[in-house]
Amino acid sequence: MTEVGAIAGQPQLEIDESRRKFLTVATSATAGVGVVLAAAPFVASWAPSERARALGAPVEVDLAKLQVGQMITPTWRLKPIYIVRRDPAMVDKLVQHDGQLKDAKSEDSIQPDYARNEMRARRADMLVLIGICTHLGCLPKQFFDAGDPVLGADWPGGFRCPCHGSRFDLAGRVFNGSPAPTNLTVPPYAFRDQDTLVIGVDDASKQGAA
Amino acid sequence: MTPEAANGPGQRAAAQGGLWGWINQRLPVDVFWRSQLSEYFAPKNFNVWYYFGSLALLVLVMQLLTGIFLTMFYKVGAATSFDSVEFIMREVPYGWLLRYLHSTGASAFFIVIYLHMYRALLYGSYKAPRELLWLFGMIIYLALMAEAFLGYVLPWGNMSFWAATVIINLFGTIPGIGPGLVEWIRGDYGIADATLNRFFSLHVAAVPLVLLLLVALHLVALHEVGSNNPDGVEIKDKKDARGRPLDGIPFHPYYTVKDIVGVCVFLTLLAIVVFFVPTFGDLFLEKANFEPADPLSTPDPISPSWYFTPYYAILRAVPNQRIGALLMLLAVVSFFFLPWLDRSPVKSMRYRGWISKTFLGLFTISFLVLMYLGMQPAQEPYVTMARIFAVPYFAYFWLMPFYSRIDAVKPVPERVTFHG
Amino acid sequence: MGKFASIILILLTAPLARAADAPAAAEAAAGGAEASAPVRWESWRAGNSVADRASLQRGARNFMNYCNGCHSLKYMRYQRMADDMQIPLDTLSANLVAPGSGVLDYISTAMPAADAANWFGKTPPDLSLIARSRSPDYLYRFLKTFYADPSRLSGSDNLAYPLTAMPAVLSDLEGVKAAVYRDVKTGSGSTEKVFDHFDTISPGNLTPVEFDGFVRDTVNFLDYVGDPAQVERQSIGLWVVLFLLLLTALAMMLKKEYWKDVH
Repeated sequence: MTEVGAIAGQPQLEIDESRRKFLTVATSATAGVGVVLAAAPFVASWAPSERARALGAPVEVDLAKLQVGQMITPTWRLKPIYIVRRDPAMVDKLVQHDGQLKDAKSEDSIQPDYARNEMRARRADMLVLIGICTHLGCLPKQFFDAGDPVLGADWPGGFRCPCHGSRFDLAGRVFNGSPAPTNLTVPPYAFRDQDTLVIGVDDASKQGAA
Repeated sequence: MTPEAANGPGQRAAAQGGLWGWINQRLPVDVFWRSQLSEYFAPKNFNVWYYFGSLALLVLVMQLLTGIFLTMFYKVGAATSFDSVEFIMREVPYGWLLRYLHSTGASAFFIVIYLHMYRALLYGSYKAPRELLWLFGMIIYLALMAEAFLGYVLPWGNMSFWAATVIINLFGTIPGIGPGLVEWIRGDYGIADATLNRFFSLHVAAVPLVLLLLVALHLVALHEVGSNNPDGVEIKDKKDARGRPLDGIPFHPYYTVKDIVGVCVFLTLLAIVVFFVPTFGDLFLEKANFEPADPLSTPDPISPSWYFTPYYAILRAVPNQRIGALLMLLAVVSFFFLPWLDRSPVKSMRYRGWISKTFLGLFTISFLVLMYLGMQPAQEPYVTMARIFAVPYFAYFWLMPFYSRIDAVKPVPERVTFHG
Repeated sequence: MGKFASIILILLTAPLARAADAPAAAEAAAGGAEASAPVRWESWRAGNSVADRASLQRGARNFMNYCNGCHSLKYMRYQRMADDMQIPLDTLSANLVAPGSGVLDYISTAMPAADAANWFGKTPPDLSLIARSRSPDYLYRFLKTFYADPSRLSGSDNLAYPLTAMPAVLSDLEGVKAAVYRDVKTGSGSTEKVFDHFDTISPGNLTPVEFDGFVRDTVNFLDYVGDPAQVERQSIGLWVVLFLLLLTALAMMLKKEYWKDVH
């Protein structure tokens, strides 16, 4: 850009183009870094606030009164959590229909390591799931009785989503033919004692917001 | 757009192939770049007083950006506003930074604007053919004062509430319609939730849009006549064979690169305040506003933010409520008349005589002293001092038709004085 | 003098540490001497430093033990104190969290507002922002200028806030003191009573120097509660200003290079 030196009426002096280029690049690069650093607090401000984090703190649930085959639905981080007490018969059924499942081994689904098993839980008798269909987010309804008239004689028991018909078994695993791609998500949870469940942490002894 | 541009480089850009040609056939990007920046000529002798226009634009952008983000978390309402501001300060990640940038930015805006206006007084930048440019600037100043006042009410602190009460009550001095007007503005029988809500809408949406429109008009008017300069010499009077002003230089790259230095210095000073002294000794964030609004307890002493205090001092100097309000209005409105009050044949203070310089100097001192007085309690000796200093303030404007005509003038050079 | 002078003062003094006021402690230690000059309590300064974490921890403990009975800190969560003062959460729960509250809750007070208004004539205000709406120096003076006044319902009054509804809640620590006045001739010829010094009526459990430290720590804690981000803000600020100075230097060099063209 040699025209730069040709100011109206001025004698043209020698321009050190390389120095100009260096300084322009150096200043622009530093300014660019500055812009990114300046943008950081704005972007960070959108992260959940202290209030959201406090309200999203781990939730304690008392399981003493939960009967077999019953489900309670506390809320954690604005999501419904399905907690179902299973008896051994229900758990035994889980291994019998692996061929009908999209993700029997939970390889594509989301769950903590301790729930990556056939029962998808820490304990066989307690199922803990996030009750949101992995298709488009509706809440699946419970159909725990085997051989349901609507779902068919060989229905082992589980959940069916009312929106588009996805079906899940009593470990939250999705059946073939369902629009949902993956099993119902398992949240982090831990047992403080036999009857006290803490949803939202892997370690029940920790306090405070997760 | 000059005929030259329609047939010249812009046409060439449009004739190019590729994306750039496609765009330029449909939107005058290249023409705009050349006519407003790389081939727009500004006087080469700009000094420090000429940084403040671009700085004002920077502060406007900063206030818009921080304001937009604050609105994501602020909850307007007499019951929620104050708490939501503390929520932003404590619980939104970097919310304290958003708030301090916005509160410091408000004061920075007025510092920059006062210095920007003062440049015009020094160099006669309001004189023909720049009268309309000056008027747009003055309307921007009024809109800015409105925007600042509206914004100050939003935290719903005790000073917010009482500032709103006092300023809205000023409208009550208008004969006849006054009291009805006050109730109409408030939307209630006292400053209340209704007032806060409508102030929020005006501050966040209406006035910013008006400001953006006015700033655009201000810049168009500027580019139509070109900038003045510290010597008051019209650079368009002397052009070379190609029609370029002899004393002009392309805005880009010379003033883009120079204004970046101004921006960096300004941001450094801004950062020092924001990160180390955001309340700035009770000037930028008043102590009384850290208490929630209390209709039963007026802060003592009470005064508006520093950028309003010169006018507040004049208001309080007059024992009659109506005349005090009128005089305060006149103090602001006097600026509008400058292009027609100034009868000097010469633009810049550099070539005017000692009379003009004295009046300007006394005006400057009075403005600053009145600013100080407006912050003090309404008692002696401050009230009497305000009466004394109001005199040189008004004299600067309303004696100008006389003193600017009789004052000596020095010969104005043909070309600008520039020390490379 | 007011605001202009205070700007200069602000710019010249270090923002973090306020100058400690040794004479205040010494005067307190002297416990009201027969000095000829009156005690200038109006110029006592808190001298607290929000960066002093140990002081903040002591101040938090002081507040929970002596103030939280009537005063809430409704914008402050317990957990935030743990994070900012580096107190382990279980220590916080055991020692600082009020019964019935959890670490994530805002700091409330057990005293019902209506009852407080009945007993004291005024509801004890929330203190989250008291250090910002007044100042740490004012709070320091307030806590140190209670004196016995049998004519009042609370049995005491205060020099910094005359006719305060708050009783002298720290008297078991500080002791009880009386305010001694002396006659001073005014310009118009009459005499008026001006505060001269305090006399100790009965000592408290803390020595004057210990009590002074107690008050300073508590005020420091309230200063922190008023603006919890201030320490982080200042440390970020240092880097921001250094970066901007670098950018300014580069921009200046760039400008000078281009402006060689202009004569």
